[in-house]
Amino acid sequence: MSTDDLTDDLTRNTANAPPELLTRSFFFLCAVLSIFVTIGIIGLLVTEAAKFFSITAPLMGVEGPTASVVDFLTGTEWIINNEQFGVLALVTSTLMVTFGSALIALPLGVGTAIYLSEYADPQLRAVLKPALEILAGIPTVVYGFFALIYITPALRVVFPSIGTFNLLSASIVVGIMIIPMVASISEDAMSAVPDDLRQAGYGMGATKFEVSTGIVVPAALSGILSSFILALSRAIGETMAVTVAAGAQAKFHNPFNPAAYLDGGSPMTATMVNLLTGDVTGGGLAYRSLFAIGLTLFVITFAMNVISELIAQRYREEY
Amino acid sequence: MSQENMSNDNVESATEDPTDDDMILETDVAAGLEEGSETVRTARERSIVEANGINVWYNDEQALQDITMSVPENQVTAMIGPSGCGKSTFLRCINRMNDMIDAARVEGELYLGEKNVYDPDVDPVALRRRVGMVFQKPNPFPKSIYDNVAYGLKIQDIGGNHDEIVEESLKRAALWDEVKDQLDESGLDLSGGQQQRLCIARAIAPDPEVILMDEPASALDPVATSKIEDLIDELAEDYTVIIVTHNMQQAARISDKTAVFLTGGELVEFDDTKTIFENPEHERVEDYITGKFG
Repeated sequence: MSTDDLTDDLTRNTANAPPELLTRSFFFLCAVLSIFVTIGIIGLLVTEAAKFFSITAPLMGVEGPTASVVDFLTGTEWIINNEQFGVLALVTSTLMVTFGSALIALPLGVGTAIYLSEYADPQLRAVLKPALEILAGIPTVVYGFFALIYITPALRVVFPSIGTFNLLSASIVVGIMIIPMVASISEDAMSAVPDDLRQAGYGMGATKFEVSTGIVVPAALSGILSSFILALSRAIGETMAVTVAAGAQAKFHNPFNPAAYLDGGSPMTATMVNLLTGDVTGGGLAYRSLFAIGLTLFVITFAMNVISELIAQRYREEY
Repeated sequence: MSQENMSNDNVESATEDPTDDDMILETDVAAGLEEGSETVRTARERSIVEANGINVWYNDEQALQDITMSVPENQVTAMIGPSGCGKSTFLRCINRMNDMIDAARVEGELYLGEKNVYDPDVDPVALRRRVGMVFQKPNPFPKSIYDNVAYGLKIQDIGGNHDEIVEESLKRAALWDEVKDQLDESGLDLSGGQQQRLCIARAIAPDPEVILMDEPASALDPVATSKIEDLIDELAEDYTVIIVTHNMQQAARISDKTAVFLTGGELVEFDDTKTIFENPEHERVEDYITGKFG
């Protein structure tokens, strides 16, 4: 090869060749589009919710009835016909279902993950893990009916006073629903723990249990905690199952009273579904309350995601 | 097997831990009870690990062929040989780490003290509590330096003052001065060489009978390597160290005895390190040592 050819070759600018430019612009557009859509939705949520509150409605140029922010955030009665919009009645139901489902899903999910990652032999894991992920693919409305038709009657055997719609069956079914999420993400985190660490543990004379719980789980803690937060976010945002199982009767419960679980309630998501499927029409106060609830829900799940990110950073181990 | 260069006169002392009664090294009792074991015992008196016809297969492939050797107590025994010669496999037979490889099958007898560790009544977990191991790649737990060293004490429920044992172990591992002010920090924040010395401290904290080292310096730079080598030298005053290395100079520098494994999983020669390197019996060993092969 002559030196001229070599120089030509070495100075070819591949980074700005047309195919490179084209693909780069395409991927850039994809990124811009998804970010734009997200920002658009948040913007819509905020502006519509602003029309709901008396403090911001004049700024939006809205005439007519509005609701006070303080009443919204501290009120415990949610009765649309009375124009009582106390979101706490909804938030407590949501948090109770979230807490109840966490009680079921976190231990079972982590236990499942430990079994899959540390105990199951490879053939068994190859069957079990996809099976678990199928559980995550069941439509959530099916879970709701499952709760209504099977779980609640079963619970009635133990608690005769339980309502047809109740927070306990909603908690159980949402718990079952988020097990795969906890198990799958935790299992990924545990499998990513280098085998060197297990070897070190066994070399020290640790039992399988000591290696699993004393070495692998702490080493995978950031992933496990992230799976918790993601699963809880999912539980908070879960809609169809709780709408079917918990009912539509907005009711404030003392969240620290276990007996309240036997009663029905209307979590935020269920309330929104019921508002939408009822005869709420555009423009009214009830309609705008949808966005106020939506914004509340968004703030809660957004905070969860931020916490998840912080936890992941705090406990991230570099092996 | 030559025993004449043993320097330690009192082999019964030191390493017995009176609190640990679940294991196997009740040397004097066992010997006293068994009639006619006197000769065996004399022969073994100064050996702590004794392999008798160890064969290992990985699936159908034989990795070790009929290994018979006895490792003297309180000395450094090096195992050298080309890649795939089975030296690491043999090391992992001693604490039964091969048990965890499904494809591996071990036959033969391997005595730690007076007990064949492949006897059905030996619990590999209990065995590993008496045999420390240091791996090729430093593998401290993602825990604090203190918790790394105290790990064996905790899982074995060893009493006593853990703070003192941790300090003593770190001093023996020549790491104390570098980490004494940061015991609460993660072991992973240390440099590679420090991590490996931390792993050595972790291995010696429960006071094992034998320390196995699988190429412990091969992932380290020359300065860190030299520190580890000095350390191994000092450890041999109190411990029996069995070290696998692919580095012949290292074996020559640090070991009292050298075993040469050659391809096919054969133990070709086992003798004083000086003899192996200066006047080996087998031509194949000489070829390997001088670099003609392997």
